[in-house]
Amino acid sequence: MAILRNRLRPFSAARYAGLAGFVVLAACLGYGQTKNSCLDCHSALPDPLGVSQEKFSQDIHAQKGLTCASCHGGDPTSDEPDKAMSRKAGWKGKIDRKQIPQLCGTCHSDPAYIRQFNPSLRTDELGQYRTSVHGKRLAAGDTKVAVCTDCHSVHDLRAPSDPRSTVNPVNVANTCARCHSDAGYMKGYSIPTDQFAKYSTSVHHDALAVRGDLSAPTCSTCHGNHGAVPPGVDKVQNVCSNCHTFQAQMYDKSSHKAAFQAASLPGCVVCHSNHGISHATDAKLGTGPDAVCMQCHAPGDACDQARAGFQKSLTQLDNAIKSADHVLAVAESSGMEVSEAKLGQDQARDSLTKARVTIHSFRTDLVDQDVQAGLKIAAKNLQTGKEAMVERNHRRVGLGLSLIAIGMVLVGLRLYIKKIES
Amino acid sequence: MFAALIRWLDERLDWDDLIAPLRHKTVPTHRLSYWYFLGGITLFLFVIQVLTGILLLLYYRPGANEAFESVQYIMTQVRFGWLIRSIHSWSANLMVFTAFAHMFSVVFLKAYRKPRELTWISGMLLLFLVMGFGFSGYLLPWNTLAFFATKVGTEITGQVPIIGKPMMIFLRGGEEVTGATLTRFFGFHVAVLPGLATLLILLHLLLVQRLGMSIPPKLEVQWTANPSAKREMKFFPNFLLRELMAWYVALGVLGALAAVFPWNLGVKADPFVPAPAGIKPEWYFLFMFQTLKLIPSKVWFIDGEVLGVLVFGLAGLLWLLLPFFESDQPSRTKGWITGLAVFALAYMAGMSVYGYLAK
Repeated sequence: MAILRNRLRPFSAARYAGLAGFVVLAACLGYGQTKNSCLDCHSALPDPLGVSQEKFSQDIHAQKGLTCASCHGGDPTSDEPDKAMSRKAGWKGKIDRKQIPQLCGTCHSDPAYIRQFNPSLRTDELGQYRTSVHGKRLAAGDTKVAVCTDCHSVHDLRAPSDPRSTVNPVNVANTCARCHSDAGYMKGYSIPTDQFAKYSTSVHHDALAVRGDLSAPTCSTCHGNHGAVPPGVDKVQNVCSNCHTFQAQMYDKSSHKAAFQAASLPGCVVCHSNHGISHATDAKLGTGPDAVCMQCHAPGDACDQARAGFQKSLTQLDNAIKSADHVLAVAESSGMEVSEAKLGQDQARDSLTKARVTIHSFRTDLVDQDVQAGLKIAAKNLQTGKEAMVERNHRRVGLGLSLIAIGMVLVGLRLYIKKIES
Repeated sequence: MFAALIRWLDERLDWDDLIAPLRHKTVPTHRLSYWYFLGGITLFLFVIQVLTGILLLLYYRPGANEAFESVQYIMTQVRFGWLIRSIHSWSANLMVFTAFAHMFSVVFLKAYRKPRELTWISGMLLLFLVMGFGFSGYLLPWNTLAFFATKVGTEITGQVPIIGKPMMIFLRGGEEVTGATLTRFFGFHVAVLPGLATLLILLHLLLVQRLGMSIPPKLEVQWTANPSAKREMKFFPNFLLRELMAWYVALGVLGALAAVFPWNLGVKADPFVPAPAGIKPEWYFLFMFQTLKLIPSKVWFIDGEVLGVLVFGLAGLLWLLLPFFESDQPSRTKGWITGLAVFALAYMAGMSVYGYLAK
C-alpha cells in the first residue's frame, strides 16, 4: 500500500527490493538440485560409515554431479531411512570387495557415458584389471588383493592430475607401498616387501620426488597400473627402452643380449638392478665394490681388458673436462672473458654422456670415437683458458710497469713543485 | 722552436692577455684545500670517458641482436679492447663517486653561497646528467642485469603522476624494454647527454674562473680580520701541477682496477626469461631503490611507490635550490643545512649498504 500511495521512503524501497531479489535468487539456485538425504545421516556417523559433506565434495564424481545413489542405489530423496535404504529402491548397501571392479566398470567401461565427462579418458581399465595379478587373484577368490578403491580411494576420489590424488605420479609409490611394503599383509604371497625401500634410494625416486620431474618412472611406469604385472625376465629391456632408447638400441646390437637371453638373465637389471637403481657412475666399469662386469667376467680375459679400456677412456675424458673447467673458472674469476669456451664445455660434457651411452654397445671403437671427440673439444677449451691466464699475467705486468711510470711522474712533479716553490 | 711558436701565436692571438687571468688566479691554501681537487678529478674522469667512449664507438653496434656480441668482441678480439671498456666502466663509477663527493664537499665548505648560486646549480645539473649517463650507459651491453635494471628503472619513472606514463614510453620507445629502448639510450648516451654536459661544464668552469675559489666561512672571517694570516698559491702553475698529480693518481687507480678487475660482461639479455632473483640497480641508485622497496604499498590513500618518487623528486628540486635557502648574510652560518647534508649523506650511505646487503 505504501508503494501504491507513493509514500515509501527510498531506503525502505531498496530494502524490500533486495529481499525480493534474494528470494528469487535462492529459488533459482535451488531449482534443479536433487535432494541427497544420505549425507544428512552419514555425515554424523563415525567411521567406517561416516562420510562428511566436506569429504564427499572433494570427490571427482560428486563434482561431476553423481550422488551416493549412483553407486549404492536407494532413494536419496526420502528422509525416512527405511525408504531411502530399501532394497525395493535398488539400495545395494556396502559394496562387496569382489564386486567393486565390476561396479566401477559399469560406467568406466562405457565409452558413450564417459565421453560426456572426459572424451580422452580410457575405458579399458576393467579389461586391463582382469589381466593383472590383482584381477586374476580376485577372480580366484583372494579378496586381499587391490581393487579400484584401494588405489584410488573412495568418497574423496580425486583426478590423477590432482597432486593430492593417491594415484598422482608423485604419490603412486606410497600408494603401492601401503600393501607391498607391509610384510604382515604380504605374508603368503612369496614376493619381497623391500621394493619401496629400495625405490626410495633410487635415481628414479630422486628425479620424481626430489626434483619434481613428473616424467620420471614410478611403480606403474614399469609394471602398468590397471593391468599391473611384474615384467618378465625377457621383457625388462622393453620396459627400460621406453625411456632409455639409445642405450636399448646399443644393447640390442651387442653380444650381451644373446648371452643374457641364453642364461635367462633379465637384461638391464643384471648391471643396474631394478627398484634400487642408483646413479650409473664409471665405477661400474671398475673393479671396486660398485663394479658389475667382474661379477661374470674373469680377470685378464678379453672382456676384462675391454672393460679396463672403457673405464680408462671415460676417466680420461672426465678428467680433461674437469681440468678445462678449473682453468676456465680461475680465468673467469680473474675477470677474463671466457664465456664462449665455457659454453663449449657443454659440448665436451655431451660427448662424455654420449660415450657413456655407447658403453651399452660394448664396442671399443664406438666408445673411443665419442671419447676422442670430447677430448678434442676439452683440449681446445683448456687451451683457451690457459691463453686467458697468460693474457691476465701480461695485463698485470703491464699494470706494474704503468704504475712504476706513473709513480716516477708523480715523484718528478713533486720535486718540480718543490723546486719552483723554494 | 717552442718559444718561436708561442711568439707566433702571441702576435696573432695576444696570448699573454688571454692567459693573464690564469696567471693572476690564486687558490686559498688551508687544511681543507685538498677538497678543491675533487672537481678537477671529476673533469679528468669525464675526459677519460669521452676518449674511451669514442674508441668504443669504433666497434660498438647498438641493436638487440648485435650490442652484446659487439661488446663481447671488444672484450675478446679487439687489441686492448678489454682495457678501454674496463676503464670506461670503472671511470664512469669513479666519476659518479667523485661528483657526489665534490657536491658534498661544496655543501660542507659552504661554497654554494652567494655569489656562487649559478655555479652550484650548473654543478647539480651536471650531477643529474652524470647519473643519466650511468643509467643510459648501463643498458648498452644488453646483458641480463642491464635489461632488468632498465626495466625496473623505467617502471619507476612511469610512477610519476600524469607525465610518468608518457615519459616511460618515451624512454622505452614503446610499452616494453626492447631494441628500440637500446637505440634510444645509445642516442642519449653518445649525443644528447655529452652535448648538454659539455655546455654545462664550460659554464661551470667559466663561473669558477670568474668567481674564484671559495674560502670556508670561518677562515674567511679570520683572514678578513687578519689579512697577514691569508695563505694562497698561484693557480698556474702551482695548483695545476698538484691537480696534475691527482689526475695521475686517478689514472693509476683506474688502470689497476681495469687490469685486476676487468668489467664483467654477464649473460646476454633474454626478454622472455624471468628476472633474476634479487636484482639491484647500480650502487648510485641503490639508496632510492631500497627506499622505494621499504615504503608500504599504500601510505594513507597514496600509492607508496608514487609517494617515494614524488618525495625524491621534491628533495632533488629543493637540493638544487639550496643556495636560496641560505641567509643573505654570508657570515651567519646556518647549522641546519650542514645538519641536513650530514643526514642526507648518512641516509644515502646507510640505505646503499642496506640495499647491497638485503636479499
